[in-house]
Amino acid sequence: MHFAFTGQQIEFRDTVRQVLARECTTDDLRAAFAAPAARTARWATLAELGVVGLSVPETYGGLGLGLLDLVLLLEEAGRVALPEPLVATSALAAPLLGDLEGAGPAGATRVRSWLEEIAAGSIAAAVGPPPGSPAPVAGAVGADLLVLTTPGPEGGPEVHVVEAGAAEVTPITSLDPTRRLGAVTWEPTAETRLASGSRAASTIRSTSDRAAVATAAELLGVTDRMIVMAADYAKERKQFGRPIGAFQAVKHLLAGAQVKLEFARPLVYGAAWALDLGAPDASRSASAAKACASDAASEAARVSLQVHGAIGYTWECDLHLFLKRAWALSEAWGSAAEHRRRVLASLLASS
Amino acid sequence: MVCQISPDTLEPMDPTMDTPMDLRYTDAQEAFREEARSWLSAHAPSPHSLPSLDTAEGFEAHRAWERTMFADRWSVVSWPEEYGGRGVGILEWLIFEEEYWRAQAPLRVSQNGIFLLAPTLFEFGTDEQKARFLPPMASGEEIWCQGWSEPDAGSDLAGIRSRAGRAESDDGWVLTGQKTWASRGAFAEWCFGLFRTDPEAERHQGLTYFLVEMDSPGVTVRPIPQIDGETGFAELFFEEVFVPDSLVLGGVGRGWNVAMATAGSERGLSLRSPARYSEAVARLVALYARRLALDPERAVLTADAVAQAWIDAEAYRLHTLWTATRVLDGGSVGSEASANKIHWSETDLAIHRAALALLGPAAELHGGGADAPWLDGYLFALAGPIYAGTNEIQRNVVAERMLGLPRG
Repeated sequence: MHFAFTGQQIEFRDTVRQVLARECTTDDLRAAFAAPAARTARWATLAELGVVGLSVPETYGGLGLGLLDLVLLLEEAGRVALPEPLVATSALAAPLLGDLEGAGPAGATRVRSWLEEIAAGSIAAAVGPPPGSPAPVAGAVGADLLVLTTPGPEGGPEVHVVEAGAAEVTPITSLDPTRRLGAVTWEPTAETRLASGSRAASTIRSTSDRAAVATAAELLGVTDRMIVMAADYAKERKQFGRPIGAFQAVKHLLAGAQVKLEFARPLVYGAAWALDLGAPDASRSASAAKACASDAASEAARVSLQVHGAIGYTWECDLHLFLKRAWALSEAWGSAAEHRRRVLASLLASS
Repeated sequence: MVCQISPDTLEPMDPTMDTPMDLRYTDAQEAFREEARSWLSAHAPSPHSLPSLDTAEGFEAHRAWERTMFADRWSVVSWPEEYGGRGVGILEWLIFEEEYWRAQAPLRVSQNGIFLLAPTLFEFGTDEQKARFLPPMASGEEIWCQGWSEPDAGSDLAGIRSRAGRAESDDGWVLTGQKTWASRGAFAEWCFGLFRTDPEAERHQGLTYFLVEMDSPGVTVRPIPQIDGETGFAELFFEEVFVPDSLVLGGVGRGWNVAMATAGSERGLSLRSPARYSEAVARLVALYARRLALDPERAVLTADAVAQAWIDAEAYRLHTLWTATRVLDGGSVGSEASANKIHWSETDLAIHRAALALLGPAAELHGGGADAPWLDGYLFALAGPIYAGTNEIQRNVVAERMLGLPRG
C-alpha cells in the first residue's frame, strides 16, 4: 500500500504547470474563445514535452505510460482550462488505438501511423459517446480523427475511426466555444471499423470509464482554479472596511467547496490506478470519482461566482472562462447523478 | 497527530519517492488482517449485545471487553510492545480497524485515552508519564474523559476560565473551575484538560494541560443525560483540587499547543477510522436491497443518497490512505485535519439520514429489532458536527489556513 505519486510524476506535473502558466493565460483563453482550434502552437509544445503522446506505445514515438501518469497533467490542463483536446486525444484515442492496433481486420498500418501522428502532435482526435447516447461529439469541429461508435447492424456495438475528410461535422454552439461540439454524419464501412462485438463492447466500456476519470481529473484542476480565484478576490475586495474574506459567510462558502475538492482528489487518483491495473471494481471507482469531481466543480462554480458578486457575472472578469468549462465537464461523460446510479447498481450486483 | 503511533514508527519509508502507487496491501498485511479477523470472530461479543456504554453496567461490560483485548494484545496494536501494543504501523492499524468494525465489535469505551490522549502522550509525555499511564489505558483499567469546554468557553476554547494556582507546598497546582460536556465523564477514572496557569498572559499563552485523577478531593461530577436519555457526558466541578507537578503534560504554559495536538488527533487520523463508515455503508446498501424488495417506491427515492453515502465513505477511506502514506513518507497532518473532520461528521449524518429515509415510519421504532441501531447511530451522528470543534470553526480553519483568507 503506497498511495502517492512518484517523484518523477510530480516533477512532470510541475514542468507542465510552469509551461501552461506561460502558454495558456486567460488572454490566450479569450483568443481561443474567439477562434477555437484543435491544434495550436501550444499543442505542439505539449507534444514535444511528451504529454500528447504519453499513452502512445514507445514503438510509435510515445512514452507508453498509463492513465495514472496522465491524471496529474490533466489536472494542470483543467487549472488553465486548456482549450486543446488532451482528454480525447491522449487519454482516450491513443490507448484505444494502441489496444486495437493488432485487432482491426484492415487498416493496422493506418492505426500505427495515427499513433505516430498523435505522438508527434500533428493530429488531434475527438471521441464520440457510447452508442445510443444523444450527446454531441466534443471536439468534433476541427478534429483530424474521429473515434465513433454505432449500435451495429446486428445489435452488437462497433467502434469506427474516421478521418476528418470522411465525415460531415455540423457545429453545435456551446456556452464554452472551445468545446467545439459537433453532430457527426458519416458512413460506417468495413474500412472504418476497428472493432465489433464483444471486443467493441469492452472497448466502449473501458473508454467510458477512462473518459469519466480523465474528465474528473480536469475538473479537479478547474475546481482548484475557481476556488483560488475567488479566495484571491476575497482577500482584496473590501466592504465595511475589511476584506470580504474576513467574513464568516464568505469563508464558509469557500471552505465547503475546498472540502469537496479535497475529498474528490483521492477518488480520482485511486480510480486511475484501478483502471490501469484492470482491478475488478475499477468501473465503480471511475463512477465514484466522476460523481464527486462533478459535484465539487458545480459547488466551486456556484460559490466562486457568489463570492465575486456582480463583477463575476461580467464578460470582463476571467472567472466565466472557468465556470463554463466546469459546467460543461460536470455533465460530460456522465453527470454526478448518472454515475451515482451506476455506483449503486454495481454495489447491488455485488452484494 | 498520528493515531496511536509512537515516534519511532515514523521513519520515512521511501526518501527517494520512487515507489509506484499501489493500493493493495502486502501479503504480510493480509496475514495480519486474517489474524485479527480470526481473533475477533472467536472473542468479540455478538453485535449490539453489550448494554450501552453510557450506563454504569454497560461501562463495566465495555471495560471488560477492553481487558480481553489487552490480554491478547489487540487493544492498541500500533503502540510499542512495552506499553501493551504490537508495534505495528499505521496501515496495520487501519486494517485492524476494518476488521474491528466488520465484526461490529463494541464501541471503544477507552477511546478518549487510546485515540486522543495517547498520541499526545507519545509526543509530549515524559518517560515516567508514558510508563505510568499507557498500560492501564490500554487495558481499560483507567478510562479517561476530557476536560475542555466550559459553560462560557466552547468554540472559543482559549476563553477558558478554570484556573490553576501554585500550591503552597510548591510541589504542584491547585485547580479551581468548571468543565462541561466531558464525554465518559460520568464513570471515568481520569480526566485530561486545560487550565489557566497565568491569568496575566495573552489568551493562548498561560494555559497548562493537566492530568487529573477523578477521585481527587474537590472533584465533583454531575452526569448530564444526553438526547438519548443516557449520561454520555458530565459536568465536572473542581474546588481546590491538588495536582502534583508530575501530572503536567508538555510543560507549564504550553497547554494550548499540547491541546491542539489532541484536537488534531480528534479531527484528523485517529478518532474516526474510515472503517467505521465503510462498515456502515455496507449495511446501508444491504438495507437498501432489502427495502427495495419490500417497499420499492420509497426505496428508489433514496437511491441517490445511498449511492452518495457510499461514495463519501470511499472518499474518506482513500483520503485516509493518502494521508497515511504521507505520514509514512515523513510528512505530517496539518490544517487538513479540519477538512477531515467536516467530511467524516457530514458523512456519518448522510449515511444515517439515508437509512432512516429508507426505513420510513419504522425509523422511529426505538429500542429493539434489527434496524434499531440506525436510530441510535443517527443520534450519535448528530453530535459529530458539534464536538471536536464545531464544523463552523473547522470551516474557519480551512478558509484561513488552506485558502489564506484573513482572520475575522
